[in-house]
Amino acid sequence: MSATAADIHDSHEHSPAHTGIKRWLFTTNHKEIGTLYLVFSLIMLFVGGAMILVVRAELFQPGLQFVNPEFFNQMTTLHALIMVFGMIMPAFAGFANWMIPLMIGAPDMALPRLNNWSFWLLPVAALLLVSTLFMPGGAPASGWTLYPPLVLQTGDAFPFAIFAVHLLGISSIMAAINIIVTILNLRTPSMSLLEMPLFVWSWLITAYLLLAVMPVLAGGVTMLLMDQFFGTSFFDAAGGGDPVLFQHIFWFFGHPEVYIIILPAFGIISQVIPTFARKPLFGHDAMVYATASIAFLSFIVWAHHMFTVGMPLAGLMFFMLSTMLISIPTGVKIFNWTATMWQGSLTFETPMLFAIAFLFLFTIGGFSGLMMAMAPLDFQYHDTYFIVAHFHYVLVPGGLFGAIAGCYYWLPKWTGHMYDERLGKIHFWLTAIFVNITFFPQHFLGLAGMPRRIPDYAVQFTNFNAMSSIGAFGFGFSQLLFVYIIYKCVKGGEKATAEVWDNPEGLEWTVPSPAPLHTFEEPPVYVSRHQVIGRQ
Amino acid sequence: MKKFLVPVSGSLLAASTAHAAADNSWTMNLTSGVTDISHLTYNLHMFVFWICVAIGAVVFSAMILAMIRFRKSRGAVAATWSHSTTAEIIWTVIPILILISMAVPAARALVQIEDTRDTEMTIKITGYQWKWHYDYMGEDIGFFSTLARTSQEASQLHSDIDPKSVDHYLLEVDHPLVLPVDTKIRYLVTANDVLHSWWMPAFAVKEDAIPGFINEGWFKVNEIGTYRGQCAELCGKGHGFMPIVVKVVSKEDYSAWLAGQKAGDAG
Repeated sequence: MSATAADIHDSHEHSPAHTGIKRWLFTTNHKEIGTLYLVFSLIMLFVGGAMILVVRAELFQPGLQFVNPEFFNQMTTLHALIMVFGMIMPAFAGFANWMIPLMIGAPDMALPRLNNWSFWLLPVAALLLVSTLFMPGGAPASGWTLYPPLVLQTGDAFPFAIFAVHLLGISSIMAAINIIVTILNLRTPSMSLLEMPLFVWSWLITAYLLLAVMPVLAGGVTMLLMDQFFGTSFFDAAGGGDPVLFQHIFWFFGHPEVYIIILPAFGIISQVIPTFARKPLFGHDAMVYATASIAFLSFIVWAHHMFTVGMPLAGLMFFMLSTMLISIPTGVKIFNWTATMWQGSLTFETPMLFAIAFLFLFTIGGFSGLMMAMAPLDFQYHDTYFIVAHFHYVLVPGGLFGAIAGCYYWLPKWTGHMYDERLGKIHFWLTAIFVNITFFPQHFLGLAGMPRRIPDYAVQFTNFNAMSSIGAFGFGFSQLLFVYIIYKCVKGGEKATAEVWDNPEGLEWTVPSPAPLHTFEEPPVYVSRHQVIGRQ
Repeated sequence: MKKFLVPVSGSLLAASTAHAAADNSWTMNLTSGVTDISHLTYNLHMFVFWICVAIGAVVFSAMILAMIRFRKSRGAVAATWSHSTTAEIIWTVIPILILISMAVPAARALVQIEDTRDTEMTIKITGYQWKWHYDYMGEDIGFFSTLARTSQEASQLHSDIDPKSVDHYLLEVDHPLVLPVDTKIRYLVTANDVLHSWWMPAFAVKEDAIPGFINEGWFKVNEIGTYRGQCAELCGKGHGFMPIVVKVVSKEDYSAWLAGQKAGDAG
């Protein structure tokens, strides 16, 4: 790799147009907007986390000790909405903003003003959503799935919550448009589509998923709004509607949404593992095709979330078999990552530790997913703690660990400093141990018969609930260490080189650390995944 | 009527104490249940579980082995290969074969579960916020089934009653559903307000209760006993407080109970 690009850009650094709060309000720079996204999602991690600690505190023992059931349901609902729309999706949007232009040799995102707007909608939407807690009747308490008719019993907060979901959706759609346009139009001309790094590929596919399904969610919640205020009966049998129609609409959005969350994490893991294995990613093109197949299949499996609504036999069969098919491309990805490590030269820095934990724990989430794909078994598992364990295994050690791995991986590039490796490792071990104490016992609870979303439980579920609560508090407080490590890294530390790691792949390592505000103002010449020559 | 009722309550008592005696506070697995379908489900569950364990053993061993053998600190030098068509074909084809071996018994089980022919009696289950209503179709008998008072009192916020001191905390009702053993029973499920879901783990039955629509299914219980379940679809603040209790009795006891109900005896 050549350092020419770095030399050129050193002399190029502009200072931001505004200072203070205005700099952040008006910024159209992809790096600053990326930072905004990441900081916002870190804050939301603690907001959503605090809510679930209320829930876990209440579930520590049978009986009601702290909150009443109404508030309990508001906490579970807001926890999910905030973690999905406010934490994990913005986190990956932050990575996309920061890294996609750097990885494809683009000077910025293609639509910078749209970029600013799509970020600043988020804090507004999040505030609106959290403010529903203080409205008469409280926040929505119907679960994040917002199933009618229950959701129609929400108090004054109802239209505000719907509007917040609309805003979050608009933000996601704009971000998706921006990402697609950037990747397709601003990529350095010498890089072909198949040569793009896996992270860029997974985001390109994710962005198309977002474009396809966010409007479906918007349509669904708007129909709720119509039913509530304009006398329509989309979901009311008394007027010729059907409550199950909403579930079909919701999960037509909701299942691709699962992949919207996990695919960017797949992308990050595909960047991290080759770097610390010092060996190119195994089956790069197969990984791209596997990601695309997963995305395609995600559109035809949605009703596996609703096997118990009383589907005909043919429906059960179709959704069972199509769901089981997803394990093929997902398996290919797991095997390819393992093959990447095989005969490598492995070191275990913090990003790699999180990536390896991802491999193990996401696979466990995959197994429980396969079990639930089997419709006759899902009649037992559905709406129990087994499903809670499953989706937290794919979202926390899956999605969130992917994001944390990416954060440690690129933090030196963002800040110009190495993070504290010793603290990073402590953070890893605390997180990895507590996440299992939290979620593994929930498999047992579900199989033993504990339904999800209950504020109080029969006494035979006490032991594993207590364990899970202890794990949740440990997990939550361990993340304070993460904040401290980031803070320390921003403030100072060992100077990072442009490459940061041991000869990593990708254009992002050809610019200096910290990456200057403006990079690749002229497209670099991309020779191969392992070789770049300055600029054209 | 009283003389019929004595043996009924006697056998019910015996069944419920037998259940309470087992310490289930560390239960980690699915129940095998008391119907043919629940046994089928349980066996399929264990079959799939062991397949997952086997795959996990292979995949995790490979990962662990890679982490041990190919450490830089042990002097491992990275290879440069990044492709192997043979390997990729192998790890695509083998999972497909495994999936087929899982899909076939699952599909067979589904066909059995959905076979609602030749049922001998019908009950209608209606979900309300937050209790169940049971109708015995054609018998003109129907009643609400609500959380037992002892559980209700103990589950109040800041109640000083220890849930452990309450018999079947949150899993006891005032009027259980009474049904005969060895009878193929058809159930109809609906709801009156919001969604609910009637879940009886021992029967492997979970059916959503949807206002304005009627779902149907069946079960045939092989063993006399008292079985407990809960609502499985979030239905508001009382979602955790509308348990399901089914007392399965002999056919004779059931006829006696039915006659008692018709005579207006609450017993």
